[in-house]
Amino acid sequence: MDDYVIEAKDLTKRYGDFVAVNSLNLQVKRGEVYGILGPNGSGKTTTILMLLGLTEPTSGWVRVLGFDPARQPLSLKAHVGYLPDEVGFYGGLTATENLVYIARLNGLRRAEAEQRIAKALERMGLQDVADHKVKTFSRGMRQRLGVAELLLKQPEIIIMDEPTLGLDPEAAHQFLGTIRDLANDGITILLASHLLHQVQETCDRVGLFYQGQIVLEGSVPQLARQVLGGAYRVNIQVEQPTEAVTAALQALSGVTRVHHDGSLYVLEASEDVRADAAAAVVHKGGRLQRMDIVSANLDEIYEQYFKGVSHGTAA
Amino acid sequence: MAQQHETTLSAQRGREGSPWTGLWAVVAKEMADHLTSVRMQILELLILITAGGTVFGALQSIRSARGDNFLFLKLFTTSTDPLPAFVGFLGFLIPLIAISLAFDAVNSEFNQRTLSRVLAQPIYRDAFLMGKFLAGLFTMALVLVAIWLLITGLGIFSLGIAPSGEEVARGLLFLLVAIFYGGIWLALALLFSTIFRQPATAALASIAVWLFFMVFWSMLASMLAQALAPIRLGLIDEVLAQAELIQNLTRISPNTVFVEATMGLLNPTTRSFGLVLPSQLQGALLGSPLPLGESVLLIWPHLTSLIAVTILLFTVAYVLFQRQEIRA
Repeated sequence: MDDYVIEAKDLTKRYGDFVAVNSLNLQVKRGEVYGILGPNGSGKTTTILMLLGLTEPTSGWVRVLGFDPARQPLSLKAHVGYLPDEVGFYGGLTATENLVYIARLNGLRRAEAEQRIAKALERMGLQDVADHKVKTFSRGMRQRLGVAELLLKQPEIIIMDEPTLGLDPEAAHQFLGTIRDLANDGITILLASHLLHQVQETCDRVGLFYQGQIVLEGSVPQLARQVLGGAYRVNIQVEQPTEAVTAALQALSGVTRVHHDGSLYVLEASEDVRADAAAAVVHKGGRLQRMDIVSANLDEIYEQYFKGVSHGTAA
Repeated sequence: MAQQHETTLSAQRGREGSPWTGLWAVVAKEMADHLTSVRMQILELLILITAGGTVFGALQSIRSARGDNFLFLKLFTTSTDPLPAFVGFLGFLIPLIAISLAFDAVNSEFNQRTLSRVLAQPIYRDAFLMGKFLAGLFTMALVLVAIWLLITGLGIFSLGIAPSGEEVARGLLFLLVAIFYGGIWLALALLFSTIFRQPATAALASIAVWLFFMVFWSMLASMLAQALAPIRLGLIDEVLAQAELIQNLTRISPNTVFVEATMGLLNPTTRSFGLVLPSQLQGALLGSPLPLGESVLLIWPHLTSLIAVTILLFTVAYVLFQRQEIRA
């Protein structure tokens, strides 16, 4: 049996008539990076707050590390780190002072706290600004300070809400690297985001949220196969394409669909078919100009899926 | 069997651990914030100036009337034209300090987006709010005790005598009254800081309530009394009934309660706050001080009501805060 550290069954949250989260079922395995992905207002943050016991569910069942958020919030929050979206710190205090407060709230002893704070700040590259007031920090530095706080707690699970929102592409990329590092340390990570393309490479598994429910779940290639019919997409540019070339490409094993537009072919395939496709084109007398492979993109999966939903054709 | 019963009970009651886990961490952080804030330093300066001015004036007039009892209490209560007595100043400085300590307690955590991060630590909301309240109360206590010690020291220095045990006891009781008088305004400002998301709104609402009780309530009280207990025939009973009603109505204002309690404690000759008929004074030595125990008895209702209202207001703030959604 899998070792699930986060489990939710039939989790529901209503605000008056509005259903924010609707009979959600969620299972996250120990050590994986799980992405809760979906547009704004799809219930991601509400779900996170319920997992942490910061909001009470209307109904349903939740366990995080075996703790019930409503009844054992102290044990739960001692082992789970939370990085809210647009994380805020006390601007009048220095980076170190902010972390000292968190260390005290966690009941750490002074010597232990000092050691952990210094280590955390150094790992996040903030040691030079440790004694600067946080109000002088940039968005990216605050985000890193937020991670330093998580490191200080040494949690088993880290929950992040929109961790890359508002960061410039360079900083976002670095931050995703940091998330991978944390995962390599054996920490289970649950992250919520609407920036699908940014986080797709970081997540081992994703759950696509739509109107308070997970409508699709799995690894990105799995979802691609399920929704797009192919996990790989090969673009082939052929000078003067002929019927024979088209037929040959369609006949290749592993190819699920061929789009043909002028000199450009787009193959959707369940595996990497570049070598076979190249051979086929050349064999039929086509002049191959360019070929590249695109792995499936979550944005496309999401878009394709909801096109399906609105036409009533998807699962 | 009994054990089983206990576990079901605790499951019903719910939460693990003490609600006060982390309380002192919050108190320490908030107090450090208060004591280093510019806002607090300005208020402390204001208090120092008023204390200096009024006590200096009081010393002048006390020196000319030597041989009196309770000189140290007179330092606080003697007014010299045009300055009112120091306790008179405290009557409106304390609410000002209390409100400025708490009006942005909760809403600034929302606005700085620190609330969800702090509440994601292993503490309950109880400890968070209580910590903020206690930090405010302790800060006020610290300021008041410091000023009391300062004035007493000044008195010893310039009068050349030490305060008696009773004077010290009355002084300490007065501090207790002053702290809980501040407690009411602290709890009120804390309440508004949970209700209103904008600190400015919370501050204005608190100040509006304060002004209402400070300025308008006494006028309203006499108008109400005239309507509720009118004097139709000019009988002495009617006059008395109306006067009593006015007094009871004005006591709804914390300011009145504070002033009366201060009078009872710092002016030992105070025997009653109400109307005194000549018949009730039979056998009394007018102008002679009451023993401490009697004075305490006199202001006991005042002290308990100040504490009760503080607790009540804090409870309302507490309930609202517990129910609040923490997502901004």
